[in-house]
Amino acid sequence: MVLHDFFFYILAAIILGGGILTITRRNAVHSAIFLVMTLIGVAGLFLHLQAEFLAAVQVFLYVGGITVLFLFVIMLVNLDEAAKQRQFNRQWGLALGCVLLLVAEVGYFLYQGRDSFSFAESSGVLLQNNTQAIAMSLYGDYLLPFEIASLLLLVAIIGAVVMAKKQI
Amino acid sequence: MLSEYFSAVDFLLLKPAILLTIFGIGVMLTDLLLDERQKYFNAVTALVGIGFAAVQMLRIQSQMREAGVSEVEAFRGAIVLDGLGIFFIWLFLISTAITILISFRYLEIENEHHGEYYAILLFATVGMIFLAIGMDLITLFVGLELMVLSIYILAGFLRGDRRSNEAAMKYLLLGAFSSGILLYGMSLLYGMSNSTNLRVIGSALSQRPLGDPLVIMAVVTIAAGLFFKIGAVPFHQWLPDVYEGAPHSVAAFMSVGPKVAAFALLLRLFLVPLGELREQWEPLLIGVAVATMTLGNLAAISQSNIKRMLGYSAISHVGYILLGLVAGNETGLKGIVIYLLVYVFMNLGIFTVVVAMRRRDLVGDEINDMAGLMHKSPVMAILSLIFLLSLAGIPPTAGFLGKYFIFLSLLETGHYTLAVIAVLYVAVAIYYYFRIVVVMFMQPPADQELPSMSLGIRCALGVTAAMTLFMGLYPEPFIQLATGPVLAILR
Repeated sequence: MVLHDFFFYILAAIILGGGILTITRRNAVHSAIFLVMTLIGVAGLFLHLQAEFLAAVQVFLYVGGITVLFLFVIMLVNLDEAAKQRQFNRQWGLALGCVLLLVAEVGYFLYQGRDSFSFAESSGVLLQNNTQAIAMSLYGDYLLPFEIASLLLLVAIIGAVVMAKKQI
Repeated sequence: MLSEYFSAVDFLLLKPAILLTIFGIGVMLTDLLLDERQKYFNAVTALVGIGFAAVQMLRIQSQMREAGVSEVEAFRGAIVLDGLGIFFIWLFLISTAITILISFRYLEIENEHHGEYYAILLFATVGMIFLAIGMDLITLFVGLELMVLSIYILAGFLRGDRRSNEAAMKYLLLGAFSSGILLYGMSLLYGMSNSTNLRVIGSALSQRPLGDPLVIMAVVTIAAGLFFKIGAVPFHQWLPDVYEGAPHSVAAFMSVGPKVAAFALLLRLFLVPLGELREQWEPLLIGVAVATMTLGNLAAISQSNIKRMLGYSAISHVGYILLGLVAGNETGLKGIVIYLLVYVFMNLGIFTVVVAMRRRDLVGDEINDMAGLMHKSPVMAILSLIFLLSLAGIPPTAGFLGKYFIFLSLLETGHYTLAVIAVLYVAVAIYYYFRIVVVMFMQPPADQELPSMSLGIRCALGVTAAMTLFMGLYPEPFIQLATGPVLAILR
């Protein structure tokens, strides 16, 4: 169990560290690479929870597909201008103070409520049917949200075309 | 029974949403065949779609009456159509229909008359419908995202206009952030109950000890996310900017449809899973409601842009509606239902006037652009007076009715201080609403160009003004109408 926790904290550190580096790098290519680090960390977290299928999908789709697309766009667009601009505005000190306060509050509440957390013990039976379990809940219990999500994607596509095209 | 996962009842309840989706896609397809001058046909198609959905709603309601049931569950409890859901769906259909009526002349003037506008409006309505009938966290969240994603696009629909781009960008960034906070709260609820169904979550939460820190955190994060969506203080900063930048017709839509839908979500989440935790969220709600009324009313005084002013006035109305939830008794809930009903008509009415102010070379969103409206178009000036009176809550208009029930519920539950504060702010509201009246009636017209009237704007003005007056003069049937939704909440 101690080992289990140990891996969780390692993965959490990778995810958070990658996230912070993604938004603070000046070079957009570096940001994209650190985003890969975060996404791989999330994939590791899925593996840690014994959701192998999700971990594989995370690596294929996000790390493989989406980040490559990001890199394509970054290389196609001229970003020299953006690299010269100031990255932080004058309120960063205040923002940092607020964030620390919020972290302290959330941390306090989570610490107070730590007894309320209970994780289900994973059973070996689920392991073999990982993909099937996802399919059952996706097309069974969550059929409706799954269908609404398709409409959501349609709206996103239309929106991207409407926003990006000069002349419709 | 079609299959184990998809039954005939599921299909029946989904039909209004399916019809709206089909017509939304249809608008985009027929748009390709139309020439520049025939684009108004898209609006007709979209209106026909709403008509079909409305007929389907009537049929569902009559079938429910015949079967003698007051609520129907579908998709294994993911959606529940009850009195409250039916009420909200009707409000959404009406507000979308009126928005379409006021849009087409406006889009022609802006030279951005595309079929996608109407399609996205219909898709946003589908999202709102799922917010009204969802009983499952994932369904609610996906419905919410469908609605707000559509609004992001609509807010930036005038692509050549910097302010419109700014509004879309601002709303997108802040909206995504607030969705994240809401989702975090939802994940805590799921973690505590191991279910996404609101009713199961409710019974799991009632098992937990009083003052559980984890529950408090879930309540606070969910409340923060929801307060952003309805535009309550201190999460309101986006609202005046977005209203100001968005196209006039979209600002009109945003101020009613999505706002009412966010209230539907708020009522569901606060009354079903968090209903047992009343003493934990009540102080929070009182603080937010008072702050919202204070800031909304005081900030509205100094605005010179009418859309910004109406944005702040919308914030102050949110404060009043939240007070109904603070009282929380039957009168309070009835007050919320009636207030939302009235609010849709009066707010769309005044925004219709703003849309008509958009003329050839004039954006028409400054209060001074309304100068001398009485001389140019007396009918429109008098109708605006009715809407403004109603927004301020003066009898015999409908706005009084909503405020009356909210104040009554506060008195019944012993919140005397809150009632006094709320009444005092009505006086402030009268001041800034009447500034517009003074400009319209007392000042000479700045130019001679008449407001742009189209058939759609005439219809929209007629319907909203008639309803605003009728509900104020003869409230009895509407009070009766509100009992169905209220009973559904209290069950």
